[in-house]
Amino acid sequence: MATVDETAGGATRASDPAETIISIQGMHKWFGQFHVLKDINLDVKQGERIVICGPSGSGKSTLIRCINRLEEHQQGSIVVEGTELTSDLKNIEIIRSEVGMVFQQFNLFPHLTVLDNCTLAPIWVRKMPKAEAQEVAMSYLERVRIPEQAEKFPGQLSGGQQQRVAIARSLCMNPRIMLFDEPTSALDPEMIKEVLDVMVELAESGMTMLVVTHEMGFATAVAHRVIFMDEGEIIEQNAPGEFFNNPQHERTKLFLSQILSH
Amino acid sequence: MNGSDPASRFAPGTHPDLPPPVRTTGVIGWSRENLFSSPFNVALTLLGAWLLYSIIPPVLEWAFIKSIWVADSRTECWGEMEVPEEAACWAFIKGRVNLFIYGFYPVEERWRVNLSFVLLVLAIVPVLYDRLPGRRHWMWYVAAFPFLAAWLLVGGFGLPFVETDQFGGFMLTLVIGVTGISFSLPIGIALALGRASSMPTVRTLCVLFIEFIRGVPLITLLFVASTMLNYFLPPGTSFDLLMRVLIMVTLFSSAYIAEVVRGGLQGVATGQVEAADSLGLSYWKAQRLIVLPQALKISIPGIVNTFIGLYKDTTLVLIIGMLDPLGIGRASLADAVWAGLAREVYLFIAVFFFLCCFGMSRYSLYLERKLDTGHAKE
Repeated sequence: MATVDETAGGATRASDPAETIISIQGMHKWFGQFHVLKDINLDVKQGERIVICGPSGSGKSTLIRCINRLEEHQQGSIVVEGTELTSDLKNIEIIRSEVGMVFQQFNLFPHLTVLDNCTLAPIWVRKMPKAEAQEVAMSYLERVRIPEQAEKFPGQLSGGQQQRVAIARSLCMNPRIMLFDEPTSALDPEMIKEVLDVMVELAESGMTMLVVTHEMGFATAVAHRVIFMDEGEIIEQNAPGEFFNNPQHERTKLFLSQILSH
Repeated sequence: MNGSDPASRFAPGTHPDLPPPVRTTGVIGWSRENLFSSPFNVALTLLGAWLLYSIIPPVLEWAFIKSIWVADSRTECWGEMEVPEEAACWAFIKGRVNLFIYGFYPVEERWRVNLSFVLLVLAIVPVLYDRLPGRRHWMWYVAAFPFLAAWLLVGGFGLPFVETDQFGGFMLTLVIGVTGISFSLPIGIALALGRASSMPTVRTLCVLFIEFIRGVPLITLLFVASTMLNYFLPPGTSFDLLMRVLIMVTLFSSAYIAEVVRGGLQGVATGQVEAADSLGLSYWKAQRLIVLPQALKISIPGIVNTFIGLYKDTTLVLIIGMLDPLGIGRASLADAVWAGLAREVYLFIAVFFFLCCFGMSRYSLYLERKLDTGHAKE
C-alpha cells in the first residue's frame, strides 16, 4: 500500500501543541434505538492531522459528520473553535463555513461548472465579490492541478478530478478545519493517488485535518494520530508508528491484520 | 471483405479511417435502415403511405383548394360550391374573427388588448430566453407586467373601465392561461417545499391544501367560484367573477405543480443538500441555488404537462357562462344565418389551442436539452 510518497509530511510532523480547536466531551448519538456513538471524548489541536479508521458501521463517518452537525448528537458536547454546537442555526452556519468537508461521493453540484461550484459559497456565504471569488477559486484549482477544467461541468470529469474539485471547493471557503469522509473509497485504484497527493500537500500546509480512510499509507505519511473505532467507541489512539507496529487491543490487531493482508 | 488485402499492410495502430459503405449513409441508407429493414417494416411503410395518400389530399381540398372565403350566409357559401357542403366555408370565421379574438371588448378600446398582447410577448421573451442581453433588468419589467396588463385591460387611472364580463375569445383564454401559469408555478414550488419541510404545521397545511384541491374537479371549483363564494364574503362586497375564476384556476394548477415539483425534489440526491450545508449555505440559499435548479430541471416535463392541461382547461369557464373561444363558437353557431358550420368553428378553435400547446411542448424539449449538463446521477 505505497500509494503515498513516504517522505511527505516528515518535516512538519513535530508541530507545536497549539490551541484546542475541536473538543468533544462525553458525546453520544443514537439513530432511533441504535446507539451509534458511545461516550466519545476527543480533543483536536490546531494543525493536528488525525486519521480515523475502523470496520464499516463503526461510527467513524457519523463522528466527523457530527463535527459540522450534518448529524445531530443527543448527549455530551462538541465545541468547535470555541462555539458549542447546539440547535442554534446561526452558530451552525458559522461553524460550517469554517469547517470544510469532502464526501465519499464528491457531491459536486452537477448543474454548475467547476468554477461556479467553487465560487458559490464564497459569493453567497462570505459575500465576496464575484471577480475575487473567481480568482481565489482559480488559485485553488491550480493547487489541485485542474485549472484547465474550470469551465467544464462535473459530469464531464473523472472521479479523481471530481474529488479534487470537491477539495478545492471546500478550500475556497478558507476553512480552518477539513473533514474527509472516505475521500478515496469511491475511486478507481488509478485515481486514488492523485487525490491522496493533493491531501498530502494540504497536510504539509499545516491544515487541521480529520480523515476517515482505510489508506494506511496516507496515515503513516501524514497523520499525527490514528484513531481506531469499533461499534461506536474509540478503542485505541496512537501515533501511526506505534499504532501499526504495536497495537494494544485485540480488535485493533484483528482489524489491522484484515486490512493489511489483502 | 477483400481477401487479397494482406493484414500486414498496416502496422498495428496505423490503419487510417475508411469512409463507411455507401449503402449505410445518405437517403438510401436512411430508408433502408428506417423504412425497409424487414418485411414487417415494408408492410407498415406501404400502409402508412396509403393512409397519407387517402387522408391528406381530401383534407387539403376541403380546407384550402375548394374552400370559400367570401360569403354573407351559409346558403350563399354552399351555393358557390359544385356540391354543397363539400368544402369549408371560412367566410363564416372570417366575418367573426374579431369576436373570436376580443369577445365583446368594446371596439374602440381594442387597442388596449393588442398593446397588452405585445407587452406579453415582450415579457415572455426574457423569461424563456436566458441569453438576452441585460436580462436582469428585463426581469423588473416582467414582474411589473401583470399589473400593467391588468390596468390596460380593466382600466382606471385615466383609461375608461371595461367590465370583465365583456372579456371573451382567445383574449380570455390568454388572460386565464397566462395568469394561471405564471402564478401557479411559484405557489406550487412553495407548496412542494412546504410539503417537504421538517416543520409539522407547515407540512400538514400544505398536504391538506394539495390533497383537497386535487380531490375536487376543476368544474366544481369553478361553480364554487361563480356561486358559493359570495356566501362566504361579507354582504355587499362584489368580487369580480373573472377574478374568482383566476384564483380558482391558479390554486387548482398550483396543487398539481406542487406534486410534480415534489417528485423533482425527491430526485435530488441527499448529498447535494449535505454539500450545501457543509459549505455554510442557509436553508433558503441551499434550496434556491442547489436544490430547486436540479429539482425543476427534472420536473420540466411534468410542469409543462400541467401547464398544457391548465391551458386547455380554461375552456371549462364556458360552463359558468364566460365566453371563451368555445363559448363564442357555440353562440355563433346559434346564428340562424350561419348555423350548421360546426366543423369550421371547432377546427379553427382546435388549431389555435394546438399551436399554443405544441409551442409549449417544443419549448420544454429545448429547455431540457439546454439544461442537460451531461451529468449521470451518482
